[in-house]
Amino acid sequence: MRTIVCMKIVPRTEEVRFDPQTKTVDRSKAENEINQPDKNALEMALALKSKHGGDVILLAMGPPFFEAYLRLGIAMGADDAILLSDRAFAGADTYPTSYTIAAAIKRIGNYDLILCGEESSDASTGQVPPGIAEWLNIPQVTYATQLEINGNLARAKRTVKGGYEIVETQMPLLASAELGSNSPRFPDFRKKRWADKEFKVKVWTAADLEVDPNKIGGKGSHTIVEELVQLPKPSRRMLRITGSPEDKAALILQQVKEARGK
Amino acid sequence: MTPMVEAMQPEGFKGVFVYLEHSNGQLEGVSLEILGKAQELAGKLSTDVTGVILGSNVRDLAEEAVQFGANHVLIADSPELAQYTTDAFSNVLGALVKERKPEILLLGATHDGRDLAGRLAVRLNTGLTAHAVQVEVEENSKLLVCGVPGFGGNIVAMCKCPRSRPQMATVRPGIFPVPQRNSSRKGTLESVPVSIGQVRTKILERSVKEGVDITKAEVIVIAGRGAEAHLDEVRKLADSFGGAVGVTRPLADKELMPRDHQVGSTGCAVAPKIAIVFGASGAAHFVSGIREAKAVISINRDQSAPINAYADYIVTEDIATLLPALLKSSEKS
Repeated sequence: MRTIVCMKIVPRTEEVRFDPQTKTVDRSKAENEINQPDKNALEMALALKSKHGGDVILLAMGPPFFEAYLRLGIAMGADDAILLSDRAFAGADTYPTSYTIAAAIKRIGNYDLILCGEESSDASTGQVPPGIAEWLNIPQVTYATQLEINGNLARAKRTVKGGYEIVETQMPLLASAELGSNSPRFPDFRKKRWADKEFKVKVWTAADLEVDPNKIGGKGSHTIVEELVQLPKPSRRMLRITGSPEDKAALILQQVKEARGK
Repeated sequence: MTPMVEAMQPEGFKGVFVYLEHSNGQLEGVSLEILGKAQELAGKLSTDVTGVILGSNVRDLAEEAVQFGANHVLIADSPELAQYTTDAFSNVLGALVKERKPEILLLGATHDGRDLAGRLAVRLNTGLTAHAVQVEVEENSKLLVCGVPGFGGNIVAMCKCPRSRPQMATVRPGIFPVPQRNSSRKGTLESVPVSIGQVRTKILERSVKEGVDITKAEVIVIAGRGAEAHLDEVRKLADSFGGAVGVTRPLADKELMPRDHQVGSTGCAVAPKIAIVFGASGAAHFVSGIREAKAVISINRDQSAPINAYADYIVTEDIATLLPALLKSSEKS
């Protein structure tokens, strides 16, 4: 069984600063990390691999510094890693992103399962997983919390509003893992050392893929970001309630009562 | 730059389409919220609002949609649409949109709405903006402009889709008000032919609780990591107010509460009259979820917790002490 896990490297949200003058986002001081739900997707893939065998291939699109994070994924147990890196891919919204990743998946070939995180923590659209499934014309199960394989059948538990559903489908299948759906394993220390020294991430450019140059990167994007605005911090009164616990309780209840009366 | 963009705008697309999601025989709150917003957009575009409903025996819901603001409702009725599947719904809605050519298509940013929209946007070769919190028509270009929160919800990207149609967006639940229901409103209902195509997924089981929609609660009591051990008391307190319980992400990750109760950028945005927050530190992805609360009370043991800057009332107290005191006094009153 071959599983391809799509990964994005994202800045830690709480460390991203907004410059109101230039209206741009400063990621330079933010530490980067593997997008959290993508780690859940990788854990899902590795758990299935230990049960059913096969290989797990990591796939990411972005600048060369992503390589270090892909090696981290290798140290967690993935077998191979491919980075799609080309200036021509830059400025892509979810349409060209899903198109480019799907083209890479076609080139890898022989896949049974494509796993993604439910969404990325920076843009958090969640649109790339269903987009990839559409380009590949395969079924999709988004917001999956569990995934079992039996022969050629996949059975997934999927979160829906107010509950869940159990979905069954033939492979190949694309599933997106819900954030927090499992506890991703830690990288193996010795494997990490090996990966840092010996493992070569394959880097593919646009020339390595069968893609229409007009459908990739900023050129292929249908949406444009006109500007970034920082939402004003809501103005809050920041009054301290003091006194004994009973006093505080009484004051809190009074506030609740007043607020509801309005 | 702008005139060029306008010149590129495709022609022959008209009207605002609203995908009407429903479950347990009721229209989703977010679909009603979008109907209200869509009327406003349609006014600015001198066009009208078409609801699209897919399901089995959904004529009543279509009539209801008219009362909430749809001028027309297209009904795709089939037993095979009784449950949501990506294939059936994307085939039917996709074909309908290709045929009717709306300029705008809005869907609720629910699990199923996002599942459907992401797939459909690629099929329709168009742009899609995700869980918009602002939805407007631009004065000159008449383009749809959507505000999309990113980076934990504090930064909003204003997005447009100039060169392809329909301009698609999913809209975040709980942001826009539900319009006033008017039972004397008139609209047209139209049944459309349904071609389901191949459905590759089989729903073996669907378990959906008639849960409280925390985005609609007037009072919400929220437990953060510091209140993890006191969830029962938090529930009791919420009950005593007739309110809802919310949690921060770590508690939902641990499955202490269902995701529907998670407040923040990866959960729900809530807009209660008052939010009482226990033991949350004040992470950006959480506080973006309580922006629209009229008032916020924060209870934390740490007197300098970052959450303080997002609270109207700051209480520094051990939760283990304060919760019993609160429950005691709320019983009395």
